[in-house]
Amino acid sequence: MKPLRRNLFDRLPELLIEGVIRLCGISAILLVFGIFFFVFREAYGLLPSGDFHLSHFLFDTHWNPASQSGPAYGTLALLAGTASVTILSMAIAIPFGLGSAIYLSEFCAPYRRETLKVVIEILAAIPSVVWGFIGLMVMNPLIIAVTGAPIGLNILNGGLLLALMSIPIIASLGEDALKAVPDSFREAGLALGASRWQLVYRVLLPAARPGLLAAVLLGLGRAVGETMAVLMATGHSVRVPSSVLDSVRTLTATIAAELGEASVGSHHYQLLFLVGIYLLAITSIFNLAADYLVRGRRRSSR
Amino acid sequence: MRPVMAPSPTARRFAETPAIARRRRQERVARRLLGGGLILSLLPLFAILFYLVWQAAPLLSWRFLVESPRDGMRAGGLWPALLGTLYLVGAALAAATPVGILAAVYLNEYAQPGRFSRIVGLAVINLAGVPSIVHALFGLGAFVAFAGLGRSILAASLTLAVMSLPVIIASTTEALKSVPQSFREASWNLGATRWQTTWHIVLPNAMPGIFTGIILMVSRTAGETAPVLFTGAVFYKSIAGGDLFAYGLLDQCMALSVHLFTVSTQVPNVPDALPYAIAVVLVATVLGVNALSIALRVYLRSRKNW
Repeated sequence: MKPLRRNLFDRLPELLIEGVIRLCGISAILLVFGIFFFVFREAYGLLPSGDFHLSHFLFDTHWNPASQSGPAYGTLALLAGTASVTILSMAIAIPFGLGSAIYLSEFCAPYRRETLKVVIEILAAIPSVVWGFIGLMVMNPLIIAVTGAPIGLNILNGGLLLALMSIPIIASLGEDALKAVPDSFREAGLALGASRWQLVYRVLLPAARPGLLAAVLLGLGRAVGETMAVLMATGHSVRVPSSVLDSVRTLTATIAAELGEASVGSHHYQLLFLVGIYLLAITSIFNLAADYLVRGRRRSSR
Repeated sequence: MRPVMAPSPTARRFAETPAIARRRRQERVARRLLGGGLILSLLPLFAILFYLVWQAAPLLSWRFLVESPRDGMRAGGLWPALLGTLYLVGAALAAATPVGILAAVYLNEYAQPGRFSRIVGLAVINLAGVPSIVHALFGLGAFVAFAGLGRSILAASLTLAVMSLPVIIASTTEALKSVPQSFREASWNLGATRWQTTWHIVLPNAMPGIFTGIILMVSRTAGETAPVLFTGAVFYKSIAGGDLFAYGLLDQCMALSVHLFTVSTQVPNVPDALPYAIAVVLVATVLGVNALSIALRVYLRSRKNW
């Protein structure tokens, strides 16, 4: 019979594998810091060079970093582009996404729910470059024909595409949030004679609010960070837009469009990495806020 | 005793007060509005898929898949792009799967719930939310420049691997959570160590779920454009049509997604059907892999018996 306590030689493989698992476990932390570090490492050379001012970078609307005489590197117009497309997409995606979530979770027969969820999953699986292609080839002429705008690559186009891309995220995460409300809430509401709609409106929406808000924030973060679709569908004019039929350029599209042209190590190149850090900071705020809301919900429901 | 009256088909058993009637109306309106909204947001999907296939129809054939592009990418097939995507996804899979699965094992089987595992979880969530273009910048800074891999399949697929890591961690964690705790306890009671339990009991039982997650990751990775655009994909690379071993790991390659982007935005005078055909092949690849994952999941759910 083997002794109960294994000696070190027996335990060595176990210790080794445990070390490897631990290492993989912290890989996510290492990668998050790695991303910040390596993107910042490329951008760093710009900061001490004297002709960079943070206030100019954040609050100026002139973006012309490739210019030989007096390059301008204000990102406010790009931020306005990102904001305008994102706001329009959210104005469409939030009602449709949350409505879909409520329908799936509360009004739908189980069999139909499974079918609809599969279709939603398919909608979420379409690659963003295909959405961009659709914006370019299908929506562009459609928008010109319907609105009479001179060009169909604009905020409206990009906003509609991003809405279609965000609806599945908001719908499925929102459904999870509604599912997480204990059934006893529903039973109590129904026992008091509430109709399903009253139940949703008066009980479930308030109870699931943090989770639903988190779903919206994650959809928002995804929309802000989306690249290919907005690159192909929103046109390429850097400006603060005044109507939904204006072409804009977003932060993400700027990086994607100019990274290929900027020579490695030039100020322009470093500047694009700095825009990447800026973008990362914005999306991180949304993600952390969403996580905070979900954690708050878990704590309160315990 | 009062005689029981047979209810006439027109009369309701309980009289409907106006308040109840209003509520019933309200509920009907809500149901129709919400369901209609859902259908309305799904309809474009079918319209678009149908339109893509319809426009692409004249070009779709077996030869389109296995030939190389000709005439400055205006004619011929898309074999180099198809093969490139295969290589990129395969290498990303090889890099991300072991790390992702072990990370999930750590989170679910080893880590004590507490501050540290909370931070790891937060890092995974944050990693999942990093925009794809920032991943591209990271790949360019870390793999292409710092690690000296240059623009290559290796650099691009490592970038994709970093990107898909949170997907694998999340799906594997779900799969591990679905293994009942009693399985582990039984194994521990037999004297098995933590790793023996994980290897012989938990992982085999979670395997189907893990596999579903991996397939899902393949489908997402295959469609990614921005991360490979700057780390390893090129607009055009000449290889023999149908040659399976045309790329080396340090070569640059074409990719389906980048090919679609290039042909639809940067190549002049392309025949109308060509970009649609590329889009259809890309969508079919992604959705085909996705359908496999869904089918597997439905099958497994029906078979599960604990």
